[in-house]
Amino acid sequence: MNFDFDYALQILPTLLRATVITFQATVGGMVLAMIVGLALELLRRSGVKPVVYATKGFVSFVRGTPLLIQLYFLYYVLPLYGLSLETMETGILGLGLHYGAYLSEVYRAGIDGVPKGQWEAATALNASRTHTWLRIILPQAVPPMLPVFGNYLIAMFKDTPLLATITLLELLGTAQAEAAISYRYLEPYTLVGLIFLVLSWPSASLVRLIENRIRAENRNGR
Amino acid sequence: MGADPRQPILRMQGVSKSYGAVQILRGIDLDVEAGQRIALIGPSGSGKTTLLRLVMTLETPEDGTIEVEGELLGLRRVGDRLVKDSGAHLRSVRGKIGMVFQHFNLFPHMSALQNIMDGPVHVRGLSKDQARERALDLLAKVGLRNKADSLPRQLSGGQQQRVAIARALAMEPKIMLFDEITSALDPELVGEVLAIVRELAHETGMTMLIVTHEMGFAREVANRVLFMEGGHIVEDGEPEQVFGNPRSDRTKAFLGAVLHR
Ligand SMILES: Nc1ncnc2c1ncn2[C@@H]1O[C@H](COP(=O)(O)OP(=O)(O)OP(=O)(O)O)[C@@H](O)[C@H]1O
Ligand SMILES: [Mg+2]
Repeated sequence: MNFDFDYALQILPTLLRATVITFQATVGGMVLAMIVGLALELLRRSGVKPVVYATKGFVSFVRGTPLLIQLYFLYYVLPLYGLSLETMETGILGLGLHYGAYLSEVYRAGIDGVPKGQWEAATALNASRTHTWLRIILPQAVPPMLPVFGNYLIAMFKDTPLLATITLLELLGTAQAEAAISYRYLEPYTLVGLIFLVLSWPSASLVRLIENRIRAENRNGR
Repeated sequence: MGADPRQPILRMQGVSKSYGAVQILRGIDLDVEAGQRIALIGPSGSGKTTLLRLVMTLETPEDGTIEVEGELLGLRRVGDRLVKDSGAHLRSVRGKIGMVFQHFNLFPHMSALQNIMDGPVHVRGLSKDQARERALDLLAKVGLRNKADSLPRQLSGGQQQRVAIARALAMEPKIMLFDEITSALDPELVGEVLAIVRELAHETGMTMLIVTHEMGFAREVANRVLFMEGGHIVEDGEPEQVFGNPRSDRTKAFLGAVLHR
């Protein structure tokens, strides 16, 4: 079976349109994951025992089960309880919850990295909890986390083909559909691989660049 | 509040604190009158920092009470029981206290000016313009008017500590706590920081609790000296008396050791 360039060119526009879907799922998933991750970490620090245990349990559960199963669960089980979402919404919810569990650990490390003296200075200024978090702790905790966020963003992007299993016509799903019509597999899947590569590679380099810059800044700083 | 002019501005009664099995403060009783500048001296580990941290509510005592102008700090009376306080009441009492730390603890992501303005704007509710004007005055007072836009990491240790003092002053506390504010500094930077406190002492009559190992400074700035050892206040008197004619043998031994080093 030879690579048919004409066929490849013919399906390319369709695949590029599907790339937009993949993009939307990734961006939506990441935004949700960042919110969910922070919320989980704040709950874990709430000091209210049942809340702390429930949060830890949830995080362990999500981290201990495959994303694929979680997507199936959201897609097939939630509607049984009367909660039916659009496919895209289900996909974003799945990615957001799954990666949120991981990002909560990133938040934890970032927040732990803020020196104790910063909390104490906030208390000495009589700052409220909200003020302490929003203006003093998080602005210091988040910048060092950005490269890690970047790496999770790329990982999430590469996980989006799983959304094909819940019938979201992102890149892989679209390629499968094309292949099912033409019975040609080489071209669609090669193109999907290439598109992923072309998008991931520069992103990974960008993340490394940011990482180095932050590191250099810290070196100059303290 | 503060209706009785003889009411102490700070009152500690039977305050004890342990870390694990080790008792650090053993039933501290202390009345501080408004305007007193108290130097807390004593050997390492005697509990001086712990005492300040309790007053700043950075630690909670397991026994005893602390009152500021007659109001319980960190505790609330419910019936005849005392329960841990939080929220608005705690903050209304804590707002009367300010603290300057050994390691400055400036906010590294804010300029000197922002460090000083942040509390007045977001805690005390001053307008930005008002707060900025006040902050610039304070920066001028500590000799750093031209460093308003510098980040802490662009300042020397002495400069950072002066900004930290300005930041604490901007909250207009009634009681100011200083915990060895020069011991993290290079020797040549100590003078500039002490000069600020000296000036403050003589100009404002602000109530101060000063933990220091600089005996000359303590003698000069304080109008009352407490010698602590083993979690107790061993000696309490005027600087002339404590330094010139200590009553306790332990004070004598301590001063003998530090002054002849
Ligand atoms: N968070 C903590 N956990 C356990 N032990 C502590 C803690 N903080 C202080 N300590 C111990 O409590 C004792 C008293 O400490 P504190 O800092 O009050 O002494 P200090 O009089 O300020 O001494 P120094 O002159 O060295 O600053 C010390 O032995 C110290 O090791
Ligand atoms: Mg100390």
